[in-house]
Amino acid sequence: MPAASGAIVVEGLERRFGDVLAVRGVDLEVGEGEIYGFLGPNGAGKTTTVRMLTTLLLPSGGSATVAGHDVVREARAVRSSIGVALQEAALDPLMTGRELIRLQATLQGLPGGEGRRRADALLGRVGLTAAADRRVGGYSGGMKRRLDLAAALVHGPRVLFLDEPTTGLDPVSRKTIWEEVRALNDEGTTVFLTTQYLEEADRLADRVGIIDSGRIVAGGTPESLKAEIGHPHIELQLAEGSIALAEEVCAAVGRLLPPRDGRTVLVEVENGAADIPRAVRALDEAGIAVESLELVRPTLDDVFVAKTGYHLEEEDGEAERGAVPA
Amino acid sequence: MSALARNARVVRALGMRSVRQTFRRPQLMAPIVVFPTLLLAIQTGGAGSAVELPGFPPVQSFLQFMLAGAMMQSLMLAGNSGGIALAVDLEMGFTDRLFTAPIPRFAIVLGRLAGTAALGLLASLWFLAIGLLFGAEIHSGLAGALIAVFLVTATAMAVGGIGAAIALRTGSASVVQGLFPLVLVILFLSTAFFPEGLMIEPARTIAAYNPLSFVVEGIRNPIIADVDGGELLEAVLAIAGIVALGLALSARALRHRLRVG
Repeated sequence: MPAASGAIVVEGLERRFGDVLAVRGVDLEVGEGEIYGFLGPNGAGKTTTVRMLTTLLLPSGGSATVAGHDVVREARAVRSSIGVALQEAALDPLMTGRELIRLQATLQGLPGGEGRRRADALLGRVGLTAAADRRVGGYSGGMKRRLDLAAALVHGPRVLFLDEPTTGLDPVSRKTIWEEVRALNDEGTTVFLTTQYLEEADRLADRVGIIDSGRIVAGGTPESLKAEIGHPHIELQLAEGSIALAEEVCAAVGRLLPPRDGRTVLVEVENGAADIPRAVRALDEAGIAVESLELVRPTLDDVFVAKTGYHLEEEDGEAERGAVPA
Repeated sequence: MSALARNARVVRALGMRSVRQTFRRPQLMAPIVVFPTLLLAIQTGGAGSAVELPGFPPVQSFLQFMLAGAMMQSLMLAGNSGGIALAVDLEMGFTDRLFTAPIPRFAIVLGRLAGTAALGLLASLWFLAIGLLFGAEIHSGLAGALIAVFLVTATAMAVGGIGAAIALRTGSASVVQGLFPLVLVILFLSTAFFPEGLMIEPARTIAAYNPLSFVVEGIRNPIIADVDGGELLEAVLAIAGIVALGLALSARALRHRLRVG
């Protein structure tokens, strides 16, 4: 979906904590009805940016509008237009799910009857009707995130901020959240999603912005970013024989990439799958035994590596700096 | 719905949450009811003959004299517990939910104070009931009891403002909890548990100027004697001073929190 002016416009946004400039002149624009994925490792500036956009933190410099309202001068109007589910689900463990959503409805100014109806409908939507009168402290991680999401939706916000909504969740809960986010977007809600999961950004986001050390280092649709960094590559593992000979043969098929280990050859090809038969024939004629061969298309991780110089480790959410050969 | 009515509804909802939170967390309830009740029982049982000391104000019983002190202790600890609860909300991010809602940020503090005031109200009723149950008279009758209840409720809110300000400034439940002994020290340096005339220096001078002494005497007066307009006025002024201090500090702490995030 192409970007359009409207939902979120950020220009030169900065935030300083003492001597540390945590956000350094961020520029971005999110169109109405878009899902924007804000991707980066821990400490990159994602959450600080979200806190400024949701009026929780004053910017040190630059400007930002959300739903057409300035986040500093028209903070109250911004708050009426947004739903927020922050990184640590901000839930009171002593409240029940129903109490929490009804409180949220009151905070958003919904009349009592409407608030109760919305609460019941949202609890049903996120599959928490049966647990609605249990205290939140007894909920699983996935249930807490779904409740947090439901609370953020109680007033039908134009723009929804989700700060790492699936961090720490099991795959099933993660998928449930993804489906709900997609459904909300289909209903017209603009979603600003921070994540350190590449797959999440790839699957959900219409456009992504990659932030590193407080700066946006890349932005665009996932497909355009992948295309920008290069062509697919063939990855082949040798069963036996000389890697030097295999590389010599493959060099005629495409551009050799730095080897990962002593048994794998990586070769970038211009025509994708169409280049595979040529590679297989060349290897066969040279008498090289191959254990496996696959075509690997660029991923957002490749984009991330190309733009930052290190991998965004998905398992524990920690960036692994310096892990990529130059 | 007018903005005022809407804000009042928010304050009421947050106040109700605050009360529910206290009842559902025994460690917050215990200081408000259990400790002051135990202290009242121990002091009344162990030092009841103090009323015979020369210079002790004329009272029907030591329990009658001590009721105001027990209520003060309870409301001071309610204020402290309210501060702890607000700090816990800050630590777990619940206040972010409130700060991102389209409500005046001060409604968040007022909601917490409304809850603390409700706890003060319950504490005053509890101790009046205990007093009546164990034979203490409310000298000024129902009107005197209502004055005591009003003053306790208002003071709970005032003290809660100080607790809220500390919580907002520090964002740390352990720091607010660490003030627990200080609360008792300030209380013991007032006339909550002993008449000013029987104190020795420097406690006597400190108690004479301690604003809490004015509040205690305002609560105690209708319980042990006819209502004295002068003492009532002094109590109300002392409470107003504490309210003003608490709200000013809370407003300042709120602004600071927005700046630092």
